Amino acid sequence: MEIKKTSLNKLHQCKNAKFVEFAGYEMPIQYSKGIIEEHKFTRSNSGIFDVSHMGQLFIYGDESLTEELEKIFPLDLKNLKQNCSKYSFLMNEDAGIYDDLIITKIEEGYLIILNAACKDKDFEILSNLLGSKFKMNLDDNRSLIAIQGPKSAEILNSVVNGVDQLNFMTGNWFDSDNQKLFVTRSGYTGEDGFEISISNDKAEKFVENLIEKGAQLIGLGARDTLRLEAGLCLYGHELDINKTPVEANLRWAISKSRLSNGGFIGSKKIMNQMQDGASQIRVGIKPEGRLIAREKTKIFDDTNKQIGEITSGTFGPSVNGPIAMGYVDKEFSKVDTKILLEVRGKKHPANVCALPFYKKNYVKGVN
Amino acid sequence: MSEVKFSKEHEWITLEGDVATIGITKHATEMLGDIVFAELPEKGSNVEKDGTAGVVESTKAASDVYTPVSGEVVDTNQSIVDDPAKINEDPEGGAWFFKLKIKDTSELDTLMNKEEYDKFAKETSS
Repeated sequence: MEIKKTSLNKLHQCKNAKFVEFAGYEMPIQYSKGIIEEHKFTRSNSGIFDVSHMGQLFIYGDESLTEELEKIFPLDLKNLKQNCSKYSFLMNEDAGIYDDLIITKIEEGYLIILNAACKDKDFEILSNLLGSKFKMNLDDNRSLIAIQGPKSAEILNSVVNGVDQLNFMTGNWFDSDNQKLFVTRSGYTGEDGFEISISNDKAEKFVENLIEKGAQLIGLGARDTLRLEAGLCLYGHELDINKTPVEANLRWAISKSRLSNGGFIGSKKIMNQMQDGASQIRVGIKPEGRLIAREKTKIFDDTNKQIGEITSGTFGPSVNGPIAMGYVDKEFSKVDTKILLEVRGKKHPANVCALPFYKKNYVKGVN
Repeated sequence: MSEVKFSKEHEWITLEGDVATIGITKHATEMLGDIVFAELPEKGSNVEKDGTAGVVESTKAASDVYTPVSGEVVDTNQSIVDDPAKINEDPEGGAWFFKLKIKDTSELDTLMNKEEYDKFAKETSS
């Protein structure tokens, strides 16, 4: 299959991007300054991310759509206000996760942002569940741009007036350059920021405008170190069809009002696990010293019994040390539990730790 | 000091008497990106030509460091373990990895000179 390119591909090339294939798309992993500089720039200034490979699924409908979606998602959508967003999951009957997503109630129905690697399958699953009653559009005529970091509100507001009035996890339509943009205040870096849905033919000029105001393009490499420092899950690593939201320690994303009556796909398993606990749980892990434990690193206890596996591990530029997330047996999931990580045949000490690794409030101004 | 020689695994080596100094090339660091971890062989250990003699990790991935010649490790550069970013800053100078007392100087004959290496690096990276 031919590799797909986003509307910003030329601009990435002009900015000396190194490309990788990601979910069938040619995407920038980094630019000339490198991952650490890009990471720190996002934390201290404003980084622009091309996330156009992600799916933008518009589903059109009224209250009857809300009712149908409540049979699918563990959310209280009836009480979700227009223009408000929620993090959620598409699950199977065993509460295994097909995808994690952001769903926003818009005037005409719902906008769901899906992972690139999952979006076509998600579309198929949702089409089958919803039938032909509602119009669905997985819109590849629109690009998705994220702008993240402390200066993003000011920079974006100078291009799209009024976005600074948005609250976290809300969105709205805005006009800019005779073009309707859907902007949400959200992101995946642990920083304040926005995601902008814009038609493909306007995306390049829009991003050039943001660069002119002082923001910089940031690659997927830094996106990964940023989200990992923020303790956020990445589909295909922390989340997959064999993991449930409870195991992934994402109980907070399940609406309380839906837990008493269930009625969504996977609700039985979720309710059972909420009561009895899951046998394995996602935790934060900090190796002692500088050693990096990558994905698939085996985790042991001090009796040489394997108790889990790393799902993501890297060097955190803002915490200035190695960080990881992984799944461990529940009796080892308490913060400060000593564990051992097997890297290149040797076992190295590490500690289970609280997430996120990086909190904005106490390291503000460090970088 | 002898002429700098280069291996296909992107190590450089210089020889002073029978002690060789080995590090990774600037080209290698550019390919790896930001280096955030380095592991060196133990002093007193013996390493074999083309065998693993350390590890470097960037934000993206781990890579083995090989030794282009055989010998006994007589010194290692702790400063790059403490501050791996030095490897990106000065890879072919202060950020050397280890020194070997070499057994067989003829092993150096199989390595490339600067001109050959530059050509090799250009061809393999495109």
